[in-house]
Formats: sequence, C-alpha cells, structure tokens
Amino acid sequence: MELRTFLGGVHPAPSKERTAGSPIQAAPLPKRVVIPLAQGGAPCDPLVNKGDAVLAGQKIGESKAFVSAPVHASISGKVVGIETCLLPTGREAPAVIIEGDGADTWVDSAGSTLEELSVESLRALIREAGLVGMGGAMFPTHVKVSPPPGKSFDSVIINGAECEPYLTCDQRLMVEEPGKIILGLKAWLKVTGAKRGYIGIENNKPEAISALKKAAAGEKDMEVVPLLTKYPQGSEKQLIKAILGREVPSGGLPVDAGALVQNVGTTYALATAIETGRPLVERVVTVTGTPVKNPQNLRVRIGTLVSDLLSYCGLEGEVGKIISGGPMMGIALPTADVPVIKGTSGILLLTPEEAAIPPERPCIRCGRCVDACPIGLIPTFLDQFCRKEIWDLAEEYHVQDCIECGSCAYVCPSKRHLVPALRLGKAEVLARRRRK
Amino acid sequence: MEEKKAVPGFDKLVVASSPHIRAVETVDRLMWQVIIALMPAAVVSVYFFGLRALVLMLVGIASAVLTEALVEKALKKEITIADGSAALTGLLLAFNVPANAPWWMVAVGAAFAIAVVKQTFGGLGANFVNPALAARAFMLAAWPQHMTGKFPVPLDSITAATPLAILKGTATGTLPSYLDLFIGNVGGVLGETSALALLVGGAYLIWQKVIDWRTPAGFIGTVAVLTWIFGGKGGLFTGDPLHHVLAGGLILGAFFMATDYVTSPITPKGRLIFGIGCGFITVLIRLWGGYPEGVSYSILLMNLVVPFLDRWTLPRVYGVTRARA
Repeated sequence: MELRTFLGGVHPAPSKERTAGSPIQAAPLPKRVVIPLAQGGAPCDPLVNKGDAVLAGQKIGESKAFVSAPVHASISGKVVGIETCLLPTGREAPAVIIEGDGADTWVDSAGSTLEELSVESLRALIREAGLVGMGGAMFPTHVKVSPPPGKSFDSVIINGAECEPYLTCDQRLMVEEPGKIILGLKAWLKVTGAKRGYIGIENNKPEAISALKKAAAGEKDMEVVPLLTKYPQGSEKQLIKAILGREVPSGGLPVDAGALVQNVGTTYALATAIETGRPLVERVVTVTGTPVKNPQNLRVRIGTLVSDLLSYCGLEGEVGKIISGGPMMGIALPTADVPVIKGTSGILLLTPEEAAIPPERPCIRCGRCVDACPIGLIPTFLDQFCRKEIWDLAEEYHVQDCIECGSCAYVCPSKRHLVPALRLGKAEVLARRRRK
Repeated sequence: MEEKKAVPGFDKLVVASSPHIRAVETVDRLMWQVIIALMPAAVVSVYFFGLRALVLMLVGIASAVLTEALVEKALKKEITIADGSAALTGLLLAFNVPANAPWWMVAVGAAFAIAVVKQTFGGLGANFVNPALAARAFMLAAWPQHMTGKFPVPLDSITAATPLAILKGTATGTLPSYLDLFIGNVGGVLGETSALALLVGGAYLIWQKVIDWRTPAGFIGTVAVLTWIFGGKGGLFTGDPLHHVLAGGLILGAFFMATDYVTSPITPKGRLIFGIGCGFITVLIRLWGGYPEGVSYSILLMNLVVPFLDRWTLPRVYGVTRARA
C-alpha cells in the first residue's frame, strides 16, 4: 500500500540516531524550579504566597477564564518568590519559584479507571490536570476537546509523526508506553464522542509502529497509520489531510474537518492523570545536538532550568545556539536560564558553525519554495509583499494560511529569511482583518 | 532570577528565527551545476570547430564576468562574480554565435547581456528576459552578416547553410543525416549542434533536480508534434519531426535557456505551459516566419508573459475551495 502523506514538504536529515535508541531516563530532581503562571491560555493567578510550603502536584495557579489551564508545583518545597522570568517562548511572564526540599512529597491523589469516569468528570479531570498541547502550542486541552455548538468530532488522531529532526521524545513514549497511549486515545474518544481513533506515525519509526499495533490489537475503532517520512508530516493540517483525506478550511479549526489531533505527550499525560490522579508536572524532553556530550531523552519536572539539564548531560566544544524545540520550528534562546515548560519537547544545541547565519542573496525564482510549501503558497512572492508591506497582495496570496513550518526557507538556495517575513505579514493581515 | 548560572561557552549565542537548519543547495552551486552540464557540448564544439570555439567561449565568459564586476563596482554593490551566473551567461552567449564570428562581437554581446539586460534591472534575479538571448537578438540586429547565412562546417574551413535553412528552403544544400545531427557533425552556432552532448548535460540537470523536466518536455514535445502535423510538403502529418528536434538550437534552448530560473515561471504548471508556448512560437517562426530558426525569439517572447503565467497557474491553497481572485 502506498504510504499516506500530503503535498509538498521537505526531507531534512532526521539526525535522530543519537537519542532514538535511548530509553527515557528521569532527570535528577531539581533543587529549584521556575513555574510560569501562563502555560496555555490566559495567565493564572497565583494560589500561593512567598514562604508557603508546597507539595508536588499541588495546584499553585488558576484562572477564572475558560481558555486557561491551571499550573501545579512540580516538586515539594517552599515558594521563594513570584517573579517575572524569561520563558523559552521569548516572552517574559510571572512565575512561581520553588526551592525544593529534596523529599519529593506529593499531594494525595487517587487514580481511577476510564470506565468509572463520566464524560463530564473526564473533561473536568483534563482541566484540573492542567493539560495543554505539549507539541509546543500549549493550547488548553479542555478547550480543544469542547467543540463549539453545532460542531463535533468524528475522528481523533494521535500525532506520532514527530517530523522535527533531532526530537525523539514522542518516539520513545510510543515505544515504551504503548498501553498508556492507547488508554489516552480511548479517553479522547470518550470525551469527544468521536467514532474512530488513528495513530499516525512516520515510517522511519518501525519500533513505535509495531509497539502500538500490538497494543491496539483487538481495538476495533482504532488504527495505526504508517506515514511517509516527510516534514511537516506532524503539522495538524497535513496530518488530517494524510490520514482522513480532508482539509481544514482556510481560517478554520481542525474541528471544522471533524478531527481532534492530540500530541503523544499530552495523550500520555492524560493516561497518567486517569491512572494516578496526578496532574501534568513532568514531561519527556530530548536534550541533544552536536555540543551535547550525553544526548538523551529525559523525564523532566516542569520548571527545571535548561542550564541544569545541560550541566547534567554535559557539553563538549562551543555552543552557538540553544533551541527550545526542534530545528525547523523551535525557538532560539538568548540564555540557558529559562525553565522547561509544558510545551518544551526538546533542547537542541548547535555548534557555532551550525548556528552561523548564511548570507542572504536575491531570489532567483528557482521555485523550490513553491514545491516545498505544504499549503500551496508562493513563499517568495509573499516574502517580497511582506518586506515591501504590500498587505493587500499578501492577503490575496494567502499569507494568513502560512503555518510557519519553515520548509520554504529550508530549501531556499538564496538562504532568504522567508519565515520572519511571512510571520510578520501573517500577523499584520490577521490584525487588519480584526480591525475591519 | 537573582542567581545566574555561569555555563562556559554561552556568551556567543545566536538568536535567530526558525528554521535553524538549511539545505546545502546554494545559488552558486546551482549556477556551476549548469556550467558543468554545458561542458560536454563545449568539448564537442571545440572538437568540431577547433580552438577558435574555445577562444570565443573564453572571450564570452571573460567579458561577462568583467562587465558584472565593473558595473557592480560602479554602482557600489557587492561584487557577485563568484556565483557563476555571469560566467554562465557569457558561455551561453558564445554558444549562440558561429565559429567564424569576430571575438570583439562576442565581447560586446556579453557586455550588453550583463550591463544592459541584467544589471539595469537590478542584477541577479531581477532581469525579465534571458540576458544571453536578448544579447543574441542585439547581435543579430547589429551584425547580421556574422549571425546569419552560411556557418562554418565541422572539421573544415568552408562554410555552408545550416540544416534548418535547407529544410526551410531558404538555402540550398544537402540535408545532413540524423546521425550527424545527433552527434553534432553539422554546421551551426557553437553550442547547438550536438544533440547528444546537450542531452547528456540536460539529463544531468534533471537528475540533479536543477531544472524541471516540464519545460524541455513541453517545448520539444510541442515542436515535434506541430512539425509532424504541419511541417511536411505533402500535406498534414507528413513532416519530419526528428529533423526539427535535432537541427538548430531547440535542444540547447529547451534544456539550458528556457529553464533559466529568473525568466521562467515559478510554478510547475506554469513551466509546462511556458515550454509548450515556446514550442508553439518556434514552429510558427520555423514554418511560416522569415527566419529559419525561432528558438531564441520564442523564449524571449515567452519570457514576457511569465508574470501572467505565474498568476494564472497559482497552486491551489490548502483549505481553500473557492476559485481565487
């Protein structure tokens, strides 16, 4: 059977070999964590004060807004401050700083089974556990699973593509915890009322495919779908197209195509919340890159500083760039003194040579960006329109549909900085639409 | 956070937008790939037309590169001669003159291609017609005695009419065999005669994904079909498509000139239509026009409609069902 996929896309070197075979290890318990109050939706109000003792798993921030996920202490200890801190997203925001007591004492929690939970209590659990999209977007999950009136989900897709080079955290979770992924998928199906579940995995992860096929054996409403290895296969829109053959309408949401797409990490976190009652306070992070001495997949408490993880993994040679996330869509950090947050899938280090910015040359109209764009845009035209601030043309040529995947810039022989130009144009066009 | 961790080596962090990795392809590499692909035809040309061919190619390249450097220096722009684009233009220009052309004409033609056709519009990426072909048209108008009529014959010091002129009936002579046309043992301009050498280079460019197969396929396919239908003296479907494909500058033009990135459409569908349009105009000129050959004018004319083709062949945008404005 021909492997399912989407149009366009690129084939960057996977660069996953250094961590793909490394089992997930727990990172040392941090002595200090920095837990931002805004991790998905509206910022939370702190529920603790400086000097308070907290337990691991204790809720420390909550908002009255619907589109917001609560945050929890990830270690036990004492709140030493609530200060503005730099986040891996590049923004500054208030965070609760906890000095650990080393005891790792947890709040009391009780596990349950999916059968025991009603749809309503499951939805409440998703919110109370602080679940957000752990692929990087950090959109509150309880909002995502609540479709607006008149709309519904008929399919749930677990996004096991992990198309970003270097990252292997989802792959390891699928290989090591296939049962939990299946439990999580069942819970998504239950809470949305969707009829069919899919697990889409790129075919360069045969171990994950076979592990999940085995775990899903006998489940009539689930299917493991091997996908062609191509970036950005793990983009929501591309995944829906590949698996369901449907398209999310321009300007719409996946629910408009009847599909709920969930990250592997989020699915695992939901299964954990069901089985143990514990909220999302840790995640798997791939720490890798040429300057990392011992690259590995670490189970990390939320709020652990990136610098702590780097000290633990060891460095060799000079570091030119620290990236939160993968090399195609990740964010370059100005410092290692930022915390791991719920959306941090990887910490990727590049050498100064790898990080060097190649000189930008004029566009020669080779058309590589047109072939690469998974949305069907003409990135080089949009680059010109956006740089010249011709917003009408940028909108007519659909800059607002750009998913910022970076495929165009990756293939560009002139090394044009297409993504920042298009990102700017997209923001401007959407802002102009709102003003109208 | 009051306490800053001192981790060595973090003082020179690059903070830039994603993507953080780039493919190895560069403009320079693409241009040099095309020059490499032209080497078989250059070697065959020197073999058939002698060292004179080599001198003209070197003059073309030197003049184009020097002109590019001088214009950029005068305009206080970055000197970009290392990207190979000027050298490529100079070589292609020399490929478009006969072996007995005066060297100074090639020098002036190459300078015209770079200074007027390319740099006045802003340099690499900004010209709207193919510099080598526009310069060829300029030389044809300025020195017709050197650009038309009888061309040198391979391995000989005499000149003769080109196969296309004989085929058209505007000159007398014997038509060469298909084999001679295929290997290039015929009269013509420097780079066009050997179909074999050009096809080797063209296949290399398609294999290396430097050029899109759609342009040469549309171009050559259209010429073959139309000359087969309309090219014969005995009525419809009596033409000699093979002769029309092998003779003249069709293969050179289809693989190396019509595929010029800057002056051809940016969309795959646009490139196919561009090739078909080039083929259509070539046949119009060859069969019913005043010149025996129409490849370069067909490409120049199609260069002019590229913005229209780009707009007309925009890919369908994901999630958009209605027709685009």
